[in-house]
Amino acid sequence: MEDDAPVIYGLEFQARALTPQTAETDAIRFLVGTQSLKYDNQIHIIDFDDENNIINKNVLLHQAGEIWHISASPSDKGVLATCYNKTPDSRVLACAAVWRMPEELESVGHESPDDSASTTQTLELLCQLGSAAPGNVACVTWEPMGDGKKVISLADNHILLWDLQESSNQAVLAGSASLEGKGQLRFTSGRWSPHHNCTQVATANDTTLRGWDTRSMSQIYCIENAHGQLVRDLDFNPNKQYYLASCGDDCKVKFWDTRNVTEPVRTLEEHSHWVWSVRYNHSHDQLVLTGSSDSRVILSNMVSISSEPFGHLVDDDDVSDQEEHHAEEKSKEPLQDNVIATYEEHEDSVYAVDWSSADPWLFASLSYDGRLVINRVPRALKYHILL
Amino acid sequence: MAAEAARPGPAFGPGDSPEGPEADAPERRRKAHGMLKLYYGLSEGEAGGRPSGPDPLDPTDLNGAHFDPEVYLDKLRRECPLPQLMDSETDMVRQIRALDSDMQTLVYENYNKFISATDTIRKMKNDFRKMEDEMDRLATNMAVITDFSARISATLQDHHERITKLAGVHALLRKLQFLFELPSRLTKCVELGAYGQAVRYQGRARAVLQQYQHLPSFRAIQDDCQVITARLAQQLRQRFREGGSGAPEQAECVELLLALGEPAEELCEEFLVHARGRLEEELSALEKELGPSPPAPDVLEFTDRGGSGFVGGLCQVAAAYQELFEAQGPRGGEKLAAFAQELGGCYFELVERRLAQEQGGGDNSLLVRALDRFHRRLRAPGPLLAAAGLTESATEIVERVARERLGYHLQGLQTAFLGCLTDVRQALAAPRLAGKEGPSLAELLASVASSIQSHIKASLAAVHLFTAKEVSFSNKPYFRGEFCSQGVREGLIVGFIRSMCQTAQSFCDSAGEKGGATPPALLLLLSRLCLDYETATISYILTLTDEQFLVQDQSPVTPVSTLCAEARETARRLLTHYVKVQGLVISQMLRKSVETRDWLSTLEPRNVRAVMKRVVEDTTAIDVQVGLLYEEGVRKAQSSDSSKRTFSVYSSSRQQGRYAPSYTPSAPMDTNLLSNIQKLFSERIDVFSPVEFNKVSVLTGIIKISLKTLLECVRLRTFGRFGLQQVQVDCHFLQLYLWRFVADEELVHLLLDEVVASAALRCPDPVPMEPSVVEVICERG
Repeated sequence: MEDDAPVIYGLEFQARALTPQTAETDAIRFLVGTQSLKYDNQIHIIDFDDENNIINKNVLLHQAGEIWHISASPSDKGVLATCYNKTPDSRVLACAAVWRMPEELESVGHESPDDSASTTQTLELLCQLGSAAPGNVACVTWEPMGDGKKVISLADNHILLWDLQESSNQAVLAGSASLEGKGQLRFTSGRWSPHHNCTQVATANDTTLRGWDTRSMSQIYCIENAHGQLVRDLDFNPNKQYYLASCGDDCKVKFWDTRNVTEPVRTLEEHSHWVWSVRYNHSHDQLVLTGSSDSRVILSNMVSISSEPFGHLVDDDDVSDQEEHHAEEKSKEPLQDNVIATYEEHEDSVYAVDWSSADPWLFASLSYDGRLVINRVPRALKYHILL
Repeated sequence: MAAEAARPGPAFGPGDSPEGPEADAPERRRKAHGMLKLYYGLSEGEAGGRPSGPDPLDPTDLNGAHFDPEVYLDKLRRECPLPQLMDSETDMVRQIRALDSDMQTLVYENYNKFISATDTIRKMKNDFRKMEDEMDRLATNMAVITDFSARISATLQDHHERITKLAGVHALLRKLQFLFELPSRLTKCVELGAYGQAVRYQGRARAVLQQYQHLPSFRAIQDDCQVITARLAQQLRQRFREGGSGAPEQAECVELLLALGEPAEELCEEFLVHARGRLEEELSALEKELGPSPPAPDVLEFTDRGGSGFVGGLCQVAAAYQELFEAQGPRGGEKLAAFAQELGGCYFELVERRLAQEQGGGDNSLLVRALDRFHRRLRAPGPLLAAAGLTESATEIVERVARERLGYHLQGLQTAFLGCLTDVRQALAAPRLAGKEGPSLAELLASVASSIQSHIKASLAAVHLFTAKEVSFSNKPYFRGEFCSQGVREGLIVGFIRSMCQTAQSFCDSAGEKGGATPPALLLLLSRLCLDYETATISYILTLTDEQFLVQDQSPVTPVSTLCAEARETARRLLTHYVKVQGLVISQMLRKSVETRDWLSTLEPRNVRAVMKRVVEDTTAIDVQVGLLYEEGVRKAQSSDSSKRTFSVYSSSRQQGRYAPSYTPSAPMDTNLLSNIQKLFSERIDVFSPVEFNKVSVLTGIIKISLKTLLECVRLRTFGRFGLQQVQVDCHFLQLYLWRFVADEELVHLLLDEVVASAALRCPDPVPMEPSVVEVICERG
């Protein structure tokens, strides 16, 4: 059972921003934002044809500036938000905006124009987030389950909740909270929890993880010194409401139960440099993907703390006695946390990894030199989980 | 008569000779002749006069026994001439004559003797006749005497019988008198306290009284006696109960009571109850000493007292009991065993409490001596009370104490180790406060190592007391085997080394968060310590242990190699952690310097930034620090003027090759391409890779971490033209000074190249500075 070889796609520019097109559940599509100071930045829409192992791309111009973070709306395929840097007058401004893709690109991947086509299309600006409130925006995160009307942006030490109105043409500040403390506090990353009716957001600043309630905009938990050094990223377990993963400059990935903030549930120490990104698989939360500046992507199997600690449970009604027996046996097998695979296709630091929203067995990783690699979960493991 | 008796010789000879040629006959005859000759005083000389040569059977020999006159004559006549015959004839005549006269003399003499003998016999006849008369007279006299005697006997017979009867009556009367006096005597005895006497009297009289109790008078006596005996028994019991008079007297009481026929079982009980009372007194005395309030006497004194007081008492009781109640058989023995077991239990409890108080104390020799006394004392009653299992319990207690001692020593060692660490921490912190040079790391390391080693040796010596030959329990199987191998070797030494490793490792784990409070120098020192343990100390200590405690136990022990591997792993982890911590310190400096600066509006660089100098200084300091404890290590071959060479490569060909294309329109592609191609040929740099045990490797690790941080931070910023130039200057400066610390200077070049390249990418207006200017600035800085 040979595993398919990874598919590699190269961008001309440096890139850090990667997201799956969250609202798209049929086609495997990723959005990549580039970082260039001298040229117009682009958003590459990358369609992966699973059948033929072919990549189709579309390029949209993002003239506002280099893209540091990108996130797609969970409800509207055509809407996305970026955090970008502008450098007017020898100053760096970090802004965030919500954009809409041109109509024809929203769904059709195969009718892509040639690379050389001069008619590169441009994004349509829907609204700026925080033009009124100054501050360097580090991250924008969408309400995961809602109608795509709520967005949270993290700017310096402020956490801002926006309400997008009138088909997203206008963003109204619906709530905000800020972090007070010694020194210059800055949020580095944040995620919106899909649990608790989408009322919780977690943020990272320096070495601390904090949970916020979006209704009251108040802190609900705080994990001090979650990592030895800066926390780079975090993600919620999609199936277990109190579990979240975090990663940081101490080369570790930690799994937390937010009800116990003193000790991590598990710690992984597989990378040899800072871990920049951590992602749970959307369906099978034992699969955890991490990307690091040691140029490696690691796929781990955290069975013991997943929602399926004893493997996939087969319905007893559907199976004959023999199969049932077999299933019981399987369920009794001690399942161990382990590293499934280490992917070394990248030559430079990997700053972003993410799972496809359409195919739960497929993921992309992006390194700074502009190389996007699409990989699959090894078949053997896939069948082990499914069967 | 005598002549006749002498005659047969010659007469006999001629008649007999012809038919006696046998060999023995003449000899017998000769013997008879000899005897006769002897009798008649004939000298041998006469017989010897005849020629010895001729054949005795020769019939011609005149003196021979077989002489035949006819043959002789014939012979003479035939052989001899006439004159000789004539001579012979005269000679013979002469001889015959001589013989005749001899014969006459003999007969005469014999006749005389015969006559005198006849006279003698006649005289004897007369004498005997006289004697016969006197004998007759004697016989009559004797008859008279016999008659008289019979008469006297008959007369005395009557008296004799009467006397015998009287004597019997007298004895009986004395006995009766004894009986009648018995009550009063008994009373007197009881009053005087002569219980033994009383019991003897009673014993003598009992059977008689028993027999004649149907007679009223005896009955009365018996009753009296019984009353008195009862009183006596009561008094004896009283005395027995009072118990003040000591075990021997009590034993006497019991003996008397037994003789009085008291039930033995009851006495057994009572005896034991009394013994218990006394022993419990001893125990409570001991308990008082134990008391809640020290100063209690030292443990040796305690066990001594316990040994002499309680154990001695127990021995006496046991001995007395066995002597007194031997007849009781096995049941009595069981009772005694149960008794001893119960009291022994109490005693052990006390001893254990006392020993528990001793656990904290440091003096092992005292404790061992105390235990020795304790154990030795209990061996004495051992054979007596084998069933009670006291010896086993005692051995168990000793073993338990020994185990606890081991635990105590292990704890002591751990505390000592922690104490050493605290000292080191203080020493490390002190120089900065005092402003003068403190002890160097190497000295600290040596002092820590020697202090731990001496502690280990002290502990071993202390524990060794338990196995000393003269200690009574040292030959128990536990002390021969398990104590040595499992207790000392595994529990104490291996346990300590393990715990040391764990303590050291805990610095890696806990200190990881937020820098931690562990000074890096301590990590370095511990790492070296563990490494030293791996190379030498562990095997030394274990050999020492094995030698001191000749391990006879076959149970598996941790091999030296396993421990060494553990120590090595610990050393490696500590060193890696040291690298991380130091790398982090420098990283933080670099990160702060990159993050806090406004790179867009910075001025044209005139100097190397201070932080870079600081980085170099710190790295040098680390280099010195590590150099104190670790060897240099191996570098890749390098030229003596490495910095110059690389500088030229770096600044001219490589750097220009890289930046040149940025002026052309297709810049971004080329930059990427170039950097990618370059990466194709360079190895992947494992930033937080494990380190080797040498200085170069450690420094390489630290520098790698720092430079990688610099790279990542640079990538997060946007640079103006001068910002880029500043980075260029800084990197060149680092290049100049850092290469000497690392194993492979190419690594530093690669990383710094990448930093500058990244900064160029992050610059909207990348105009690099002239290499010569960079050089000048760096040299000036």
